[in-house]
Amino acid sequence: MSQTIATPPTVRLDSDVIGKPISRPEGAAKVSGAAKYAAEYNVPNLWYGYIVDSPIAKGKILKIDVDAVLALPGVKQVFTHENVPSFAWFDRSYKDDVAPGGSPFRPLHEPEIMFSQQPVALVVAETFELARYAASILRIDYEVDENFNTDLEKARAAGKGFDAPKGKTGFLPPPKPKGDAEGAFKAAPHQVTGEYTHHAQHHNPMEMFATTVEWLGDGKKMNIYDKTQGAPNVQQYLRKIFSLSKEEARVVSKFTGGAFGAGLRPQHQVFMAVMAALELEHSVRVSMTRQQMFSMGHRPHTIQDIKLASDEQGYLQSLQHTAFAETSQFEDETETVVNWSGILYKCDNSKFGYELAKIDVDTPADMRAPGAATGSFAIECAVDELSYKAGVDPLEFRLLNYTYSDPTENKPFSSKRLIDCYHEGAKRFGWEQRNPEPRSMREGNMLVGWGMGTGCWDASMQKAAAKASLSADGKLTVHSATNDQGAGTYVIMTQIAAQTLGLPLDQVTFVLGDTNLPEAPLQGGSWTAASVGSAVQATCQEVGKKLLKLAQKMDNSPLDGVAFEDVQFADGHMRANEDITKSVAITEVLATSGEAAVEAESSAQPNPINMLKYSMHSHNAAFVEVKVDEDLGTIHVTRVVNAVAAGRILNPKTARSQVLGGTVWGISMALMEEAYLDNNLGRYMNHNYAEYHVPVNADIHKIDVIFVEEEDDHVNPLGVKGVGEIGMLGVAAAIANAVYHATGKRVRDLPLTIDKLL
Amino acid sequence: MSLHFIQEPLDHTPPAIAPTQPVTLHINGEDHTIQIAPWTSLLDALREYLDLTGTKKGCDHGQCGACTVLMDGKRINSCLALATVYQGKQITTIEGLGGEDDLSPLQQAFIDHDAFQCGYCTPGQICSAQGLINEGRAKTEDEVRELMSGNLCRCGAYTNILSAVMEVLHDGQVVVDNGTLVTIPMQPTQSSSVN
Repeated sequence: MSQTIATPPTVRLDSDVIGKPISRPEGAAKVSGAAKYAAEYNVPNLWYGYIVDSPIAKGKILKIDVDAVLALPGVKQVFTHENVPSFAWFDRSYKDDVAPGGSPFRPLHEPEIMFSQQPVALVVAETFELARYAASILRIDYEVDENFNTDLEKARAAGKGFDAPKGKTGFLPPPKPKGDAEGAFKAAPHQVTGEYTHHAQHHNPMEMFATTVEWLGDGKKMNIYDKTQGAPNVQQYLRKIFSLSKEEARVVSKFTGGAFGAGLRPQHQVFMAVMAALELEHSVRVSMTRQQMFSMGHRPHTIQDIKLASDEQGYLQSLQHTAFAETSQFEDETETVVNWSGILYKCDNSKFGYELAKIDVDTPADMRAPGAATGSFAIECAVDELSYKAGVDPLEFRLLNYTYSDPTENKPFSSKRLIDCYHEGAKRFGWEQRNPEPRSMREGNMLVGWGMGTGCWDASMQKAAAKASLSADGKLTVHSATNDQGAGTYVIMTQIAAQTLGLPLDQVTFVLGDTNLPEAPLQGGSWTAASVGSAVQATCQEVGKKLLKLAQKMDNSPLDGVAFEDVQFADGHMRANEDITKSVAITEVLATSGEAAVEAESSAQPNPINMLKYSMHSHNAAFVEVKVDEDLGTIHVTRVVNAVAAGRILNPKTARSQVLGGTVWGISMALMEEAYLDNNLGRYMNHNYAEYHVPVNADIHKIDVIFVEEEDDHVNPLGVKGVGEIGMLGVAAAIANAVYHATGKRVRDLPLTIDKLL
Repeated sequence: MSLHFIQEPLDHTPPAIAPTQPVTLHINGEDHTIQIAPWTSLLDALREYLDLTGTKKGCDHGQCGACTVLMDGKRINSCLALATVYQGKQITTIEGLGGEDDLSPLQQAFIDHDAFQCGYCTPGQICSAQGLINEGRAKTEDEVRELMSGNLCRCGAYTNILSAVMEVLHDGQVVVDNGTLVTIPMQPTQSSSVN
């Protein structure tokens, strides 16, 4: 009998919060308006800075008439290149953590104009209304240099391209060539040659970039409330330029109203706000206008050439993918554009290239799924085209050319369940009912098209740190200087901490967005869950180890002699795995110990051995239905199934939202987004929210998100891959492919506007 | 040959700044008197003078809906409204719909359906949805999509916003009584939050 009642050693009680659809703990603050964003810290005695920007694309400021503005009562100062003091001298002082090569833009540094809308002055006044008015009457005379070019096609025709330089964080040069790509192309029975383009796209997060500097009056101490994806990056940038200590330049960013890459690099309003605060020794707020947000980075206009060929059965024989992208005159922004084609498909003969050309615009910036959104659009359209030439179903074509290892690095994937994305996505969508013939499906006057696309994104991890404090009342607070631009950082970190120490969710608080906290990387690259999540887990395990030691000091401790590895945390108790009746309440341990709190600080970083051994990626497959009005050419995306393999899903509710958002971004990229350059003026003409189109509620219909099961022991301790980027991939191509299926027209230039269909 | 981009000189001395004046606004059931210039928008009055920062500025041009508030129950873009014009009106902002501890059904539905990510457009979406419910026009999903299309959400939470609004619409918040639509109370009571 005694043997049958012995507790099996494998029994684990689980707090069971990881993997559950938990609502965001900051939700109540967001829906009630209590959440404070950068421009909402109404500190006492606040002055307002208003930015003035250049109407010309190239030239030089001749004269700035500040007297009329300074004469207005209540105007405090007009900052221009003429009176901004010299700060740090070297370029490197202006480089942030993710700056590309070249010479970073220095706001208000010199009279030269390098791009339209370049900020040229900051007017500071007692009220916002006054600063805005004063800025409107600031007279600036320019000498115009007409020798500029903002047309990438023109730069390409003039042979201005150069190989993209290495050096930017995360940028991978194109893979090395394999086999004889050109020879195999010529010899193959089915060929596709295509040029694929998209134009400049602007991030346009809902919250405009803003900084509130609270001048604390003790030396140069400031609280700098900034809109950013990473307070530590902003702090190090400010410290180098203005020679400030960590205590002086405290950067805080509790809520970020979207950013999508625009907040990776410190933007010019934070420079201006801090400069003005230091010069005036006063609290200052600087907010950009929506119009001014078209002067601080964009997804670069990119022209891609693809040559694909297959044999009679549809097996790829040649894969050639090159990209030609814009950058500014002063920096070399690089993206990883073409590599994804090589990672997705098996092909013995391949060739890749990536060139930049300098045009007279501001430096482009990483924007949601940078490079991959661009590359995935081109390769996935080309694959669709080739599948038609080969007479193979587009899904079948992808399965024929599926690869179980990464051909660009000759390494196995740490995990890759893309095949399940294909099968489960196709099943949910009803792909097998598709008649492959273009223009074969119709509903009234609407042509119906079904298309698909796929994508992959890096599953990366950065070093991150966290600290935790468990107080005597059983409440746990975990801190890290990470960010939440809407990705769900608050909720997933709360879940990880709660699960690691077996505490109820409402006993756990996660604090982020402050440079006084342990350092964490920028929120970007879909790496927050892996990086900060692993740090939070490690830190909570340290707390657990300390708790166990305290528990073992208790009289007749039930956990006497039990190793940490043999202890489980659940329901507010520590238990021995081998016998879960050997248990002690965490609050009891704390009370007995007499300690006010148990604290720990720890960090996590990627495993270099696993990184050498495996290629680590998330994958997705998107299936799309469009309805195209045959007479009007209007396109409606009526249905999307987006199947994602991204390792362990920590929170299906917020992860689903990330993929929904990514899907909407894919629809937006395919059908709407383009910043129109007037190349005579060198200026984006639709620089506002009415004319730069993004989807509204009426544009978005049914979106189905599937997370396929994917276990991955190699990628990081949590087995997560991140979901911020992956959901966007494949969607734009799937829409273009569906439009072809509906109409018989191939459009290779985004956005797919009516004029291109009629 | 280089060109010059020369602005015309002002043909007059810039006018002295318009004098400020006391303006009394009735917001969320309370009167607030502030001293502001007449060109101050209602949005800036709320955010910069009254610390009611729940109302968001997303474009300042009536293009995005982030600044939506309710004026006598109807939704307006507060960035296109001069504060002084709205004296004597009943202004309801997101703070008036429900606080963190007494959320309205709509606010709770937004949390339950994860109808936001960054949260910046959210107060405007909720005020707009409340206005939509007050209008009593929308019943179907297509109608809600259409009539919620003045509020941009760059995170792309539209399908979840739709679900949240539909849940509240279907919870008997809009009742057809002898063919007449009955609007729900503007200010939910403490007990009305759904958990």
